[in-house]
Amino acid sequence: MSLDPQPVALIVEDEPSIRRFVRLGLEGEGWQVHEAETVRQGLVDAGTRRPDLVILDLGLPDDDGLNYLKDLRAWSGVPVIVLSARASEADKIAALDAGADDYLTKPFGVGELLARVRVALRRSQSAAKAGEPAQTLFRFGSVEVDLVARRVQRGGAPVHLTPIEYRLLTHLIANAGKVLTHRQLLKAVWGPSHMDDNHYLRVYMGNLRQKLEALPASPQHLLTETAVGYRLMP
Amino acid sequence: MSEERPDPDALLAQLRDEEINAARGKLRIYFGSSAGVGKTYAMLQAARKLQADGVDVLAGVVVTHGRSETAAMFEGLPQLPLKEVAYRGKTLPEFDLDAALARKPGLILVDELAHSNVAGSRHPKRWQDVEELLANGINVYSTLNVQHLESLNDVVGGITGVRVQETLPDTFFDRADEVVMVDTPADELLARLSAGKVYMGPQAERAARNFFRKGNLMALRELALRRTADRVEDDVQAWRSNERIAQVWKTEAAILCAIGPTPAAESVVRSAAQLAQQLNVSWHAVYVETPDLQRLPDAQRERILRVVRLAHELGANTAVLPAQDLAPALIQHAREHNLSKLMLGRAEALPAWQRWLGARELQQQLAEGAPELDLISVAATLPQVQRRAATAEQDARQREQQWQQLAGRYGLAAAACAATALISWPLQKAFDQSNIVMLFLLAVVGVALRLGRGPAVLASFLSVGLFDFFFVEPKLSFAVSDVQYLLTFAVMLAVGLVTGQLTAGLRYQAQVAADREGRSRALFELTSDLAGALQTEAVLQVAEATLATEVRGEALLYTLDLQDQLQPSPRLGSLPAADQPDLGTARWALDHGQAAGLSTDTLPGSAWFYLPLAAPMRTRGVLALKPLSNRSVMLPELRAQLETYARIIGQALERVHYVEVAQEALVHIEGERLRNSLLSALSHDLRTPLAVVYGLAQTLAGMAELPGHAHELSEALRQQSQRVSAMVNNLLDMARLQSGAVRLNLQWQPIDEVVGAALQAMQPSMAAHRLEVQIPAGLPLLNLDAVLMERVLCNLLENAAKYTPAGSLVVLSARLEPERLLLSVADNGPGLPAGREEQLFAKFTRGERESSTPGVGLGLAICRAIVEAHGGRIWAERGVEGGAAFVISLPLGEPPALLPEPELEPEEAQHEP
Repeated sequence: MSLDPQPVALIVEDEPSIRRFVRLGLEGEGWQVHEAETVRQGLVDAGTRRPDLVILDLGLPDDDGLNYLKDLRAWSGVPVIVLSARASEADKIAALDAGADDYLTKPFGVGELLARVRVALRRSQSAAKAGEPAQTLFRFGSVEVDLVARRVQRGGAPVHLTPIEYRLLTHLIANAGKVLTHRQLLKAVWGPSHMDDNHYLRVYMGNLRQKLEALPASPQHLLTETAVGYRLMP
Repeated sequence: MSEERPDPDALLAQLRDEEINAARGKLRIYFGSSAGVGKTYAMLQAARKLQADGVDVLAGVVVTHGRSETAAMFEGLPQLPLKEVAYRGKTLPEFDLDAALARKPGLILVDELAHSNVAGSRHPKRWQDVEELLANGINVYSTLNVQHLESLNDVVGGITGVRVQETLPDTFFDRADEVVMVDTPADELLARLSAGKVYMGPQAERAARNFFRKGNLMALRELALRRTADRVEDDVQAWRSNERIAQVWKTEAAILCAIGPTPAAESVVRSAAQLAQQLNVSWHAVYVETPDLQRLPDAQRERILRVVRLAHELGANTAVLPAQDLAPALIQHAREHNLSKLMLGRAEALPAWQRWLGARELQQQLAEGAPELDLISVAATLPQVQRRAATAEQDARQREQQWQQLAGRYGLAAAACAATALISWPLQKAFDQSNIVMLFLLAVVGVALRLGRGPAVLASFLSVGLFDFFFVEPKLSFAVSDVQYLLTFAVMLAVGLVTGQLTAGLRYQAQVAADREGRSRALFELTSDLAGALQTEAVLQVAEATLATEVRGEALLYTLDLQDQLQPSPRLGSLPAADQPDLGTARWALDHGQAAGLSTDTLPGSAWFYLPLAAPMRTRGVLALKPLSNRSVMLPELRAQLETYARIIGQALERVHYVEVAQEALVHIEGERLRNSLLSALSHDLRTPLAVVYGLAQTLAGMAELPGHAHELSEALRQQSQRVSAMVNNLLDMARLQSGAVRLNLQWQPIDEVVGAALQAMQPSMAAHRLEVQIPAGLPLLNLDAVLMERVLCNLLENAAKYTPAGSLVVLSARLEPERLLLSVADNGPGLPAGREEQLFAKFTRGERESSTPGVGLGLAICRAIVEAHGGRIWAERGVEGGAAFVISLPLGEPPALLPEPELEPEEAQHEP
């Protein structure tokens, strides 16, 4: 495998100062950065620059960022991190359901952004290597999951999970680092007819934490994205 | 069957009655045939029994007449002290209505229902006091003798020869919830009387001689029993009507009572009331005011109006009809209102000369004009009340005045005829006799026009006489040479009489029409003037000016302010202090929705008349009037006119009120819109530059090539921008919560998850503190807005971190109680300022006044707003760790059921629908 050329990032954001420090941060990590100020320009750049990552502001002057996301997802699977000035959780959920990988609420720190960028990049790279044999062993904290043998161990001791708990865990593992909305998880684990039974998801998530987290009340890996969904942080 | 089906209107009326009755107190009347039968005793006996059952009984006024048995029964009952009322230099004890209303007992005893209060009391009659007690939900027991019933007044007077002044309207008696007949046979009563148990000492002798004769007592007993039987029958009918009410709710009126100008009218009205009550129909009473009657002296007209009022009190629909002739007016009214029986006092036979002239008695006219009407003529008994000498003298003077007026009118008519003769005398050389006749006819028309009917008749006859005497050969003699003049005379007389009558009638009708037109024009003008008024002041000004003219006196309006208090219009200042209306009476009129003051039931002695200004939504104020003559408030038409004025003014005030409300609402909506756009602008325009500052500062801090102190500075920059950002968030959230723009996104979730998310978010700020989490397993799900509740916990944790020294212990715990879950954030820091725990939750309040700790004191206010939106409570207390503790209590509710997981292998589960 040849050495990767500089990865390319596209920032779609109308506020020049934000573009500026995001660009500074990304360039510090070795990214080549392109900027777009509008949805239209952003779509053109996404087609021509072939970016490895898109950072998208939802409040753009010419159109809603959500529409950009829908258009982009029609032909590209590039990781997208959404920036939102709005406090409304509904916007974030809509963005994630429309295919965004992660979101950040303003104001955000560069460190926070870069951490999310790394996770997104890792995920897209592992997806690109889909042809290779899948990872059979997944670890987070003191927990080890053997995806082939369907075995879960915590600190070396076996942990018994119910089938639904196990399915929930494997789905989180498959999307490690990514925020999964309640609907996405419910659909994947319980099926499309249970998409509104949020409390089931919450109860099973609580059970998983009880079984896998050191301090279930203050989880370190199975994180809550309040009112949006969950994320597994390895 | 359709006719068996209850009339919906009647059912509604019944429901409405029941609703009113439910709030009203209940009235029980102990009813007897005469004094001494033991009514008060029976009442006290019943009251004692209720008192023993725990009812709050109060003796408002009980008259024992010194009877020992009654006095013994009375002892031990709580008594309301009587009020001393000053009257003509003496003080008289009187029932204290206000004290009774203030005390509000469960049952009050008010003896002698028909008693007249001392002049100057709120109501002239005691039964009106009782009415007010009932309206205020107080139950009343009272007593009544049969001779005090208004409709039986004449009958009893006729039997016993003693007339009582104190009467009770039958309508009030019939509305009583229960009537208990207290019966004692005549012999026993006489025995008790002779034993001295009824009256004491010499009183007994006198009473026995005048009243307590066996015949009297038996007749009275029969009357009382019969009246009670009538009532019982009514009760039975009312009870039956619950099954099928069609027969009881007779709404069509059947009786028309004609009120004449004679003093006997009163007894006719009473008879009509009695008949109507027996037939269970509504009735009308009208007074037809002919031109002659209109010329009666004021005192007599007022007396007639009092009879009209009496009819009204006895339950009649009353009207005063201005008309030329009695019979057609009565017939028209009867036909218009579908009244089948006409009741009138038996008139004296007409003098022979009138009958000879073709005049017919009223009854005859009615019988010919309306054969379908039943005529009932009633014996017209004159009231035997002795008039005081002063009034007799006054009457004589008035009669004299009336005579003088009459003589003057006829004298003028004669003078007019003489003047015509005088003028015509020199003209007879030049003019034909037929023209002279024309001049005389002109004079007759003139007399009819100016002086009315009677003088016109006189003028007709005089004209013929004068013409014959002065102008027909042989002149200066009544002899006639040519027989054809007889025809001239006959035609002249006929034409004179007919045109005179027509002209006089026309004149009266024109006058009536002009009056009516004037009234409707005044209404029209008031309505159109008020339509243009957009402010309360303008309404007041227009209304007061119109009404002052209308009653030819003073008018003043009271309006309700925002605190529901009556405010007089600015005009009050221009009235002399002694002549101002009374605010208390105005308030009474407002509260009771009834007219008060001058010639009403309430404070009839006052100079002002008070009318509530009713409007569709509520009563808007009170109209106070001081008319020039009582007539304008006593005459039913004028009274109705005033009530219409009051309604129009009330509606105008209401309209103005709603205009103001609408304007306020508009301002409010505009304000709301402005606030919302301001909020979203703020949230975008403040957060974006903050995000930039924050991001740039962090970028700067991460640059390796910067010198050490620059790193520190950029770090400080980052921290401060983060704080500003938190503050902006708090401010915007508070604004949103307060404007009601936040809609809770409630979902059932475990509290652990919210706590976990809050701890995760607060990790950096809590790094310097020891944190302990005590959340028991197995807590039920709560219906929460996770974002807002996380906000609450974050604020509490942030406070704990901010106000305690580094290294302090912070404990976040949850506890389950029945019906609620308690969440507490406690620390072992310096604690809260004592006594200021509640103040902390106010906006912009902080524990220490001036300190370096950042924040504007919104955090706790936001917490409270959020928790209360969830139906919970939040408070501060001294924590177990010695420091501050903030406790949130949240209601548990009923979480949705959770189906147990089917034990299926993951592959199989995939195929679930």
